[in-house]
Amino acid sequence: MIRDLTLGQYYPSDSVIHHLDARVKLFATMVFIVSLFLLKSLYAYIPIAVVMTAVIIVAKIPFKYILKGLKPILFLLILTVAFNIFFIDGTVVFRLGFIRVTEEGLIFAAFMAIRLVLLIMGTSLLTFTTTPNQLTDGIEKALGFLRYIKVPIHEIAMMMSIALRFIPILVEEVDKIMKAQSARGADFESGGLLKRIRSMLPIMVPLFFSAFRRADDLTMAMEARCYVCGRARTKMKPLKYKRRDFIAYCGVLLYLGGIIGMRFIG
Amino acid sequence: MAIELKGVSYAYNPGTVMAVRALVDINLRIEEKSFIAIIGHTGCGKSTLMQHLNGLIRPLEGTVTFEGEDIHAKGFDKRTLRSEVGLVFQYPEYQLFEETVFKDVAFGPKNMGLEEAEIRERVIEALTLVNMGEAYYEKSPFLLSGGEKRRVAIAGVLAMRPRYLILDEPAAGLDPVGRRNILKGIRRLNQSLGMTIIMVSHSMEDVAMYADRIVVMNDGKIVYDDVPADVFSHDEDLEAMGLSVPVMTKVLLGLKRRGWDVRTDCHDMASAKAEILKAVAR
Repeated sequence: MIRDLTLGQYYPSDSVIHHLDARVKLFATMVFIVSLFLLKSLYAYIPIAVVMTAVIIVAKIPFKYILKGLKPILFLLILTVAFNIFFIDGTVVFRLGFIRVTEEGLIFAAFMAIRLVLLIMGTSLLTFTTTPNQLTDGIEKALGFLRYIKVPIHEIAMMMSIALRFIPILVEEVDKIMKAQSARGADFESGGLLKRIRSMLPIMVPLFFSAFRRADDLTMAMEARCYVCGRARTKMKPLKYKRRDFIAYCGVLLYLGGIIGMRFIG
Repeated sequence: MAIELKGVSYAYNPGTVMAVRALVDINLRIEEKSFIAIIGHTGCGKSTLMQHLNGLIRPLEGTVTFEGEDIHAKGFDKRTLRSEVGLVFQYPEYQLFEETVFKDVAFGPKNMGLEEAEIRERVIEALTLVNMGEAYYEKSPFLLSGGEKRRVAIAGVLAMRPRYLILDEPAAGLDPVGRRNILKGIRRLNQSLGMTIIMVSHSMEDVAMYADRIVVMNDGKIVYDDVPADVFSHDEDLEAMGLSVPVMTKVLLGLKRRGWDVRTDCHDMASAKAEILKAVAR
């Protein structure tokens, strides 16, 4: 059940994308996000979707796995679409009592839905192909210059990597606790909203308890190894650009150029 | 009356690169009132197997039947099954959540929809079984010691009055006294209450004294399924699997191989000692 959560998780596979430098992938993801908001016609999303499909295939990640990652945002997606359909003024397509649907609303809702889905898929592609450690190293190095204007970039990167690292651990913990409570006859699936929230209590209490315990242990372990925030540390695997990274950069710039070109033409 | 697994196979994350085969074609029959130990080293599938027994995991292939009924058939009442087949997970103390020991133990019976008086009776009975007196009832479970927490957690399952009790490494992480207390308590449940015990462990020493049947697992398969003495006679194969036979059995087997006339099926140190002394005197 809860183990199915794939959003933001690393998917191990031996592909070119997996081997790229994390900074390239970060840059590519940023370009991708920007490109989603640059375009104004629905057709323009077709090339974007094609490019993304190509990347997914090259990264050797099953489509099913990526679709599963969309499940948690389904509710948000439906909400966004509903709001856009019902609350945007324009040419009325049909009317039912006080509910009216406009043409503009429908188009805008489609826009939002496509954008949101592509956004989530694109960004999760980053976490699917990059381990939390690589990601943190990449962010730290790419944004390292911010240090000079007193942004605690190392600390932010460290917090991020710890948070990412803990997701699978806590997911597993929830799974275990849920099973243990089900073994005692707990029921998480039936009943009204209030009853369901109440039935979460036997999961939440042990979960928080163990999360604090783990945080405590981790702090102790870090302190035992004399961890100090922001001290110049050497890396076991320092990030270094290779030829494929430059090629990838070229590809990303080409994509950006194409998108900008399309915006002026279309 | 038994729980029976026929041709059960299971894998985690099937169809992805992270797929892990956990169980391969498992056939197992657990008779009522028996004391079975399931042994294997970490990752051999024993915990997965255990979760099949009360329907927490649905097998990818094969069937699990409880007293002749398929537990995954439509209309089968899983709630009743879970009160009949109690399951104590590894480190069960991490699942305590209520304000008081009493309330926590009452969680199971309450979920069964029992009357207040009945719940009270069962909670007291369960806590008495794990040797926890009235002084503990109103204490917070979070303030108890590790061994006490574990006993409360086990009582939480016992309060449902299961006929089968599955325990995953019930003695893990306890000091020798705590270990012995828990294991002795479990044996008492089997001998005086006739409860069927299925104990999962990786320690032969723990189970040699208590179990009347040992199931050895390796790589998701059942390798041996026999009485302890016969399982231990495969001591070399067991060691190749990363398992060791109890020290006393090792000594007795060694003596026998060197031509001493000793029985090798002793269950505890005292009888092993007597056996060796007898052989020396001969």
